[in-house]
Amino acid sequence: MADHEFTMPVTEDDIRKLKIGDHVVLQDTLFGIRDATQIHMFDKGRETRLDLDGHAVIHTAPNVKKVPVSNSCPAGYQSICIGTTTSARMERFTRPLMERNGVRMIIGKGGLGENSAQAFQDLGGVYLAIIGGTAALETTWIKQIVDVDMDDLNPESLWHFRIKDFGPLLVAMDAHGGSLYDAVRTGAQNKRAAALAHMGIEG
Amino acid sequence: MKIDLDAIEETAKLLYIRALKVLPDDIKEGFQRLDASETDATGQSILATMIQNITVAEDTDNLLCQDTGIPIYNITIGRSVEVDGIDLKTAIRKGCTRATQEYPLRSSVVHPVTRENEHTSCGRRVPVINVDFSEADEELVIEMIPKGSGSENGSFLKMCIPADGVAGVKTFVIDKVLEAGGKVCPPTIVGVGVGGTADLCTKLAKIAATRRLGSVCDDAEGAKLEAELSGAVNSLGIGPQGLGGDSTSFAVHVETAATHITMNPVAVNIQCHSARRARATFTPSGIEIGV
Repeated sequence: MADHEFTMPVTEDDIRKLKIGDHVVLQDTLFGIRDATQIHMFDKGRETRLDLDGHAVIHTAPNVKKVPVSNSCPAGYQSICIGTTTSARMERFTRPLMERNGVRMIIGKGGLGENSAQAFQDLGGVYLAIIGGTAALETTWIKQIVDVDMDDLNPESLWHFRIKDFGPLLVAMDAHGGSLYDAVRTGAQNKRAAALAHMGIEG
Repeated sequence: MKIDLDAIEETAKLLYIRALKVLPDDIKEGFQRLDASETDATGQSILATMIQNITVAEDTDNLLCQDTGIPIYNITIGRSVEVDGIDLKTAIRKGCTRATQEYPLRSSVVHPVTRENEHTSCGRRVPVINVDFSEADEELVIEMIPKGSGSENGSFLKMCIPADGVAGVKTFVIDKVLEAGGKVCPPTIVGVGVGGTADLCTKLAKIAATRRLGSVCDDAEGAKLEAELSGAVNSLGIGPQGLGGDSTSFAVHVETAATHITMNPVAVNIQCHSARRARATFTPSGIEIGV
């Protein structure tokens, strides 16, 4: 279980070196993306002007404050609280996000499913687990909202954040078919019969 | 006792913001308990980060979680309270809107068909305002709950039949906790409704999910189920964030209601670890804010 630090963007080689259980810290650039953003990108054919190639996206819709455009707030937004939402709802967007936009890392909570695991293997991607519900802490790792696209979807716009020491994040799904969620799910399913028997229910 | 509607509006605003920032003491104690007993290294490290986040939120005066949730206001009205119900609801809606626009908070509320966001945390029939009555005399209580969506999406109803027995109820709860896995942000409070009609059963599950940790169902049969299910859920090894460990849930809470001879309904509503609540009590001597 190794520790890695990446200044974004990364290459396919960087990604294929990562294994489940490793920890990763990211620097410089991170994009925020959400259900509506991806519904518009992949179901309604909207293109983004932001370049996600080799980058990490985080499943988020932040709390922000509209402020005048300045050097410190170039997009006219100040961050208030930025955290992570449940990834599973966005399962079907993993492959197009990687194929069409070149995304290499997806950061979220709760894990993704089999189709994403396959996309990570085929195209070279990883899922990095962040701890859901710890947004106050996460907000301290985000230094600036650099840009925003598709802002008619606010708060589910496509956000460009400048980050510093973003992590540690846990490699929970890797490019070799490994998934910590699968291991836990299988283990839990195997304990089901014993849990029921303990309450007097025989299978 | 006459209720000042301006004070209701101001309090509805304040409670929403407070609930998002300060975790109730019973939940903080729940974290200490899990932290002391967790044996899995990943689980321990995740719990430590969650506890750190509670401190960071207080130190930086920030929201615990970015999900401002669906706002729920539970109002309990004592016997000698005079208030116009429509005005009361209007004042709460205004307070909720002001919290969203003045703080500002992310409005997480959209129309279910058009997905349009009014950026007020309000919409058709939202905030959810539940009104109930109490034996208390000159007292009006407002409890505010910002219900996060990750765990609200972990909501399930099954109209079991009498032949399924209590075994059907218990099996349903275990299977839904397995299905929800890490998606509902464990450690959770699993709220279980047993009995009633379909709608009452679901409502009971929500009451159970948002009850204080350490409280026990006042139906002895419900309390027995709570103890059994709490042990069973935490034997599954799902753990914090679904990444393995002992701490899947702080507790399973059960609420019961009588049901029909042909029915045996069970509902599950899950509360994530950011189990936020805030409460204001209006009496003739003033307004007390707490949890």
